[in-house]
Amino acid sequence: MRTVNVASIIDTVEKLCIDANYYLNSDILNALENSFEKEESDIGRDIIKQIIQNANIARSEKMAICQDTGMAVVFVDIGQDVHITGGSLTAAINEGVRRGYSKGYLRKSVVKDPIDRVNTGDNTPAIIHYNIVEGCTLKIAIAPKGFGSENMSGLKMLKPSDGIEGVKSFILETVDKAGPNPCPPIVVGVGIGGTMEKAALLAKKALLRPIDQRNEVEYVCSLEREMLDKINKLGIGPAGFGGRMTALAVNIEVYPTHIAGLPVAVNINCHATRHAEAEL
Amino acid sequence: MKHIIQTPLTKDTVKNLKAGDTVSINGVIYAARDAAHKRLISWLHMGKTLPFEIEDQIIYYVGPCPARPGEVIGSAGPTTSSRMDAYAPDLIEIGLTGMIGKGLRNNDVISAMMKHGAVYFGAIGGAGALIAKTIISEEVVAFPEFGTEAVRKLTVKDFPATVIIDSYGNNLYDTGKLKYRIDQ
Repeated sequence: MRTVNVASIIDTVEKLCIDANYYLNSDILNALENSFEKEESDIGRDIIKQIIQNANIARSEKMAICQDTGMAVVFVDIGQDVHITGGSLTAAINEGVRRGYSKGYLRKSVVKDPIDRVNTGDNTPAIIHYNIVEGCTLKIAIAPKGFGSENMSGLKMLKPSDGIEGVKSFILETVDKAGPNPCPPIVVGVGIGGTMEKAALLAKKALLRPIDQRNEVEYVCSLEREMLDKINKLGIGPAGFGGRMTALAVNIEVYPTHIAGLPVAVNINCHATRHAEAEL
Repeated sequence: MKHIIQTPLTKDTVKNLKAGDTVSINGVIYAARDAAHKRLISWLHMGKTLPFEIEDQIIYYVGPCPARPGEVIGSAGPTTSSRMDAYAPDLIEIGLTGMIGKGLRNNDVISAMMKHGAVYFGAIGGAGALIAKTIISEEVVAFPEFGTEAVRKLTVKDFPATVIIDSYGNNLYDTGKLKYRIDQ
């Protein structure tokens, strides 16, 4: 048994919210630099150059990379032997988000009700996904999710007979339809299998994986490479102005599913695919 | 072609702008997004005077981050324009000549642009820190209760943008994509 006080959780979440929004991860930065080399369109190269400049300004001046600092999506892996003291874990995470978005001068983008649409003023509540694991670890990952890209995501309940070709068509169709809206070059997270909500969660989780790491399952790894190649033939290009570099990576996760189903979810991220993790 | 634009943006200038041209915008532009548009249009339909002049103006679809003390504004890149498609034609009809945002527009907006003479500029989505550096003053001029969605009067210097859809209906999103698309 290990005890963790909520005070350290609040501090950690606060810092992760700020770090994720200010500092572009090195895997993304490397991919952007590589895409600059590969881009054939002049205007596309210019856009990538400005995106890299933007990340550098954000880092050095401690500014948000993008004004859409997102809804805070929080993944918590909590060991079953961890005991939280001093208050509620969920309340602590929300307090960390509240402080991080206030102290970091991040935008408050959450409305209390989807129809009434009054801003909560502090970017809470967060979207929190808990995963109970063995042992006494406590890992927190924050992935601020902007809605320019979230809005272009999609989910489809395919038939088993649609097979892998059906999956490929749906991914390609979703990205093609999204066009310039999700701020390309994008990162594409895909979840295949499970139930409807499991597929969506897999797609979201796929976006946490560094984009220079491929899935270990051989056919999934090939599918990731094939889909990246296909997406980069769509012509959308950086900012959607036309070009070769529409996506930086495709990350796919799979899960067992029902004999009657083949759910597929495609969750799109912009070029500022943001996430920060910490282990307490 | 590269243009240096000084606002207000007149219809004569609009005529010279072609899809694919790059522009550097200088002067006053207005920030407004979802909530502000909804209210502006309801005021317009009620016959109320709008809180800022629309004729020959540019609206930038943006909801900025808060400014640090001593700074003008926080990160301030474009938001997705299609959410303003329901409102834009009415504003174009009363003289709006420019919109800055990112992403696709619908046919109603493009038709209104062609009929009345307006242009749609794309700013780089996700380059909010870079764009913030071109904003030299900021003032909330209407609906402060909307927070980040309030209407702001921004003075910009060398604000970088690209003409996406011109007043003739040419669309860089279509032509650019077609040029690099490989059939598969």
